[in-house]
Amino acid sequence: MNNELIRLLAFLVGIIAFAALNAAYLVWVERKGAAHFQRRIGPKEVGPYGLLQPLADGVKLMTKQLLLPDGVDPILFKIAPIMLLVPAVMSFVTIPFGEHLAARDIDMGLLMIFAFASVNVLGLLIGAWGSANKYAVIAAARVISQNIAYEIPMLLTAIALVMATSTMNLNEIVSQQGGGIWHWNLIRLTFTASPLTPIAFLIFFTTMLAETNRAPFDMAEAESELVAGAFTEYAGMGFGVFFMGEYANIVIGAALTTVLFLGGWQSPLPFLPSSVLWFLIKMYAIIFTVVWIRWTYPRTQFYVLLNLSWKILIPISLANLIVTAGWLKVF
Amino acid sequence: MAYFNELFSGTKSLFVGLGITIKEFFKPVVTVQYPHETIPMSARFRGHIELVPDPETGGTKCIVCGMCQKACPSGCITVDGEKREGVKGKVLTLYRLDFTKCSLCGMCVESCKPEAITFSKDYNLAGPSREAYVFDLVKRLEEQR
Repeated sequence: MNNELIRLLAFLVGIIAFAALNAAYLVWVERKGAAHFQRRIGPKEVGPYGLLQPLADGVKLMTKQLLLPDGVDPILFKIAPIMLLVPAVMSFVTIPFGEHLAARDIDMGLLMIFAFASVNVLGLLIGAWGSANKYAVIAAARVISQNIAYEIPMLLTAIALVMATSTMNLNEIVSQQGGGIWHWNLIRLTFTASPLTPIAFLIFFTTMLAETNRAPFDMAEAESELVAGAFTEYAGMGFGVFFMGEYANIVIGAALTTVLFLGGWQSPLPFLPSSVLWFLIKMYAIIFTVVWIRWTYPRTQFYVLLNLSWKILIPISLANLIVTAGWLKVF
Repeated sequence: MAYFNELFSGTKSLFVGLGITIKEFFKPVVTVQYPHETIPMSARFRGHIELVPDPETGGTKCIVCGMCQKACPSGCITVDGEKREGVKGKVLTLYRLDFTKCSLCGMCVESCKPEAITFSKDYNLAGPSREAYVFDLVKRLEEQR
């Protein structure tokens, strides 16, 4: 029992450290990536290659006053950043980083992540509503309808995948994808998965971008239209915690995509040993793609965004579900 | 069918866009890291005017005709000279440019017969007061020597 407690505490500290470190350094990755896509250098003054920039940003944010503007709801305003960060950190609990490297190997891991992923929208809504600002409320209204629209295709593709794997245990899903790149759910060349999984992957990736409020679906911030969207009234570390939550969500999204479609910690070639390194490589490749997409596409208009979900993603993911069901029945 | 055509062409165009940006990602950067490195100004860049040194004597080519002073629409040039024993013509003693009023029109440079003034390439101009921008160009020429 004592051993179990120590193990969980170690994982807790590790997960929080991992989330915070990722949040800090993803900002650096984002700025460096943005710069190189625009053929600039990006942060370079603070430390070698600007590597100490996140530290400088953090110190700057922490030294700023936690401002409580007039007319805000003090409780909601303060609780919102935490509401965004905590579910994201909670989701790390079931992510299998390696074969034996998961804080809790829950049978309902996938369900748990989806359950917590939908809470962060509530955090945004509470923060925006509490800050009594028109831009924030508009942003929140957009984010809510966007998340409702995009959760459906995301869950539909996940259900199609779960039908093929017949388990919601993430470690089990990864184990099934062992034995080389052609066993991954992305391009599975066996009869146990439907031939539509590449399309399912594209849908899942798109909805993941929308769920984590990333460009081109960044309705929560929309800095050119809504000042800073839901974060308009936040200063100092309130804003910092919001941002940590956002980046932790991106890490979760990338990790989930890795687990479900890219074989988690399995190595791409059968003769190479599987390890946590493969997981990290795949996850950061996805995160790089997310940054890459942000600096390629402009933000979509709001109704185009909803049309994309209701007219394209939902019908196709439904078709995917039916085809997968039929395929599994026949073979 | 049109629905699927649009879907395919739309998805394809997204990947084309990604291809373009990743190509740019691996190209060398084009920005100049300004305070650490500077690029030479182009030949026709117009900074404030300065006196051209005479390649033989190292002094000025100015003959104190006062044409630049007359040509200046803003009246920001003051030229003065004096007669000296044994020297033909006048010798320049004062060339003051009030850069706060100068609009860089270049009338002075155009009107100068002996081509004694030219545009400098200075652009790093910053000063604590208006008076810092009243340049003594004779002194500037001597400092450059």
